[in-house]
Amino acid sequence: MAARRKWIQLAVLALLIAVLPLFFPSGYYYRVGALIFVNALAVVGLVILIGYAGQISLGHAGFAGIGAYACALAPEHLGLHPSLALVLGAVVSGVVALLIGRPILRLKGYYLAVATLGFGILVSMVLTNERALTGGPDGMQVEDLGLRALLRDLGWRLSGGEFWYGASGIVLLIGAWLALNLYDSPTGRAMRALHGSEVAAATVGVDVAQQKLRAFVISAVYASVAGSMLALQNGYITPDVAGFMHSIEMVTMAVLGGVGSVLGATLGAAILTLLPQVLTVFAEYEQLVLGAVMILVMIFLPQGLLPSIARRIRGRGE
Amino acid sequence: MDSLLQFIFSGMTVGAVYALVALGFTIIYNASDVVNFAQGEFVMLGGMITVFAHQAGLPLPLAAVLAIVITAGVGVALNKLAIEPARGAPVVSLIIITIGASILIQGATQLIFDKQLHRFPAFSGDDPVRVMGATILPQSLWVIAGAVLVFVGLWLFFTRTLTGKAVLATANNRVAAQLVGINTGWVMTLSFGLSAAIGALAGVLATPITLVSYDVGVALALKGFAAAMLGGMGNPKGALVGGLVLGLLEALTAGYLSSQYKDAVAFLVILGVLFVMPQGIFGKKSTERV
Repeated sequence: MAARRKWIQLAVLALLIAVLPLFFPSGYYYRVGALIFVNALAVVGLVILIGYAGQISLGHAGFAGIGAYACALAPEHLGLHPSLALVLGAVVSGVVALLIGRPILRLKGYYLAVATLGFGILVSMVLTNERALTGGPDGMQVEDLGLRALLRDLGWRLSGGEFWYGASGIVLLIGAWLALNLYDSPTGRAMRALHGSEVAAATVGVDVAQQKLRAFVISAVYASVAGSMLALQNGYITPDVAGFMHSIEMVTMAVLGGVGSVLGATLGAAILTLLPQVLTVFAEYEQLVLGAVMILVMIFLPQGLLPSIARRIRGRGE
Repeated sequence: MDSLLQFIFSGMTVGAVYALVALGFTIIYNASDVVNFAQGEFVMLGGMITVFAHQAGLPLPLAAVLAIVITAGVGVALNKLAIEPARGAPVVSLIIITIGASILIQGATQLIFDKQLHRFPAFSGDDPVRVMGATILPQSLWVIAGAVLVFVGLWLFFTRTLTGKAVLATANNRVAAQLVGINTGWVMTLSFGLSAAIGALAGVLATPITLVSYDVGVALALKGFAAAMLGGMGNPKGALVGGLVLGLLEALTAGYLSSQYKDAVAFLVILGVLFVMPQGIFGKKSTERV
């Protein structure tokens, strides 16, 4: 049963990614789609942290920033290929999460939220202030991945938008597959147990600190890879990627769609990525609408959009 | 020595503002267990509304009173429209609701007013006062005096009035307070109004020095939270001390270490305090029952 649900979710996601381009009226939509997938990848990481393990982080943009700047800096200073820079960024993010996670995750609720928030802001502050290395608030160029040129040599011509749509879609699928596998694994079950009650989980032998830390590190790596993909796809990066607002957006996406579900997270990422695109016409209303969405969803759909809709449909069926 | 004194003066000034924000956090947290991330927006609203009311021709004191009253109204509306309907929601939801409120208030402010930086004239001129080789702006004295007055006023309110004691009782044990006939819903509304008014007052006092624009609230909220936590969440005395300590640390960092990283101090303080003494300076140790 569990295994079937996993494959259904993956199939739905794959189908959506494959079929959507048929409805794209212009190349611009590939760009938006790629952006949605990259955001969704980071949000799937948060599903593991918030949805499975029940811990909040308001600083995950910090890890996205580490991933993004790894792709900008490592090729320039270490001569690494951008794809290896992505891996390096993920490793660095994982190690940082491991180091700060143990003390930070002893905290609960508001304290955890603000401690992680502090971490995110410290990262973005370093990125903004170390002008000599990072270009400061103006940001810096990111070297091309070179994969598209390779495909062209093989006779497969893709526009930048099409390439990144496909590449981010595939990475998102891999991320979703890993997250869904984790859900039903012993580790995933242990994480979900401590979400319910840490004390109860501890009494049945779950190493609470260990499982929290694991969720934190895994979700940090997701955010980092998402940050790297964003940097590579834009070819340019600014400290905003690590900023407070980006962290808040990530959490809102996760909670909006439904924080316990991978598909829900993707839906949340899609809505909040599309919203500013639609609202560019009334750019001055963007913040107003974003704030209202956050409040209304939390009050009226506390489970998130997808689980609430699913429950309503199921409820009617019975 | 002169420069040290100078840093202490500027630290006291920003510290007093942080203390007022932290007091606002404390009042709401005590009454409702909600950490209101929109607390910084109250400060911003206080400054912005005063600026535009003053520009529209109101005398400054009247503009300031109007700003404080409107902001208190916004605080009450926040409680009625967003916090009360979400009663019993998990902490993550409450965090997102108050952050959403903060973004919404910013969005509304830039629509109604604008995105520019503003100030209005200092209350008693801009001529610095010389004290032992250092200088202090008269407006800084207003800010510090304002924080002290608010603190004393709150202390009297909580210890000498029945309403204040009702708030304390609610903070202590909501169910018990209801049993002895306290209208806890009303206490929550009062707390949001009061803490919004205090935030707005901070905005009115500080705007001639620090300037105001629609987006200054977030940083203030975070630093106010750091101050509240440093002093011990939920403790008014802690809020005052925490605010001043944070302001001084920031000014000394800017003076002696790096002005670029002065904002990092607040977060290093948060992280440090949480690791070493999670209860803060004045916080009580609590045990969780299961």
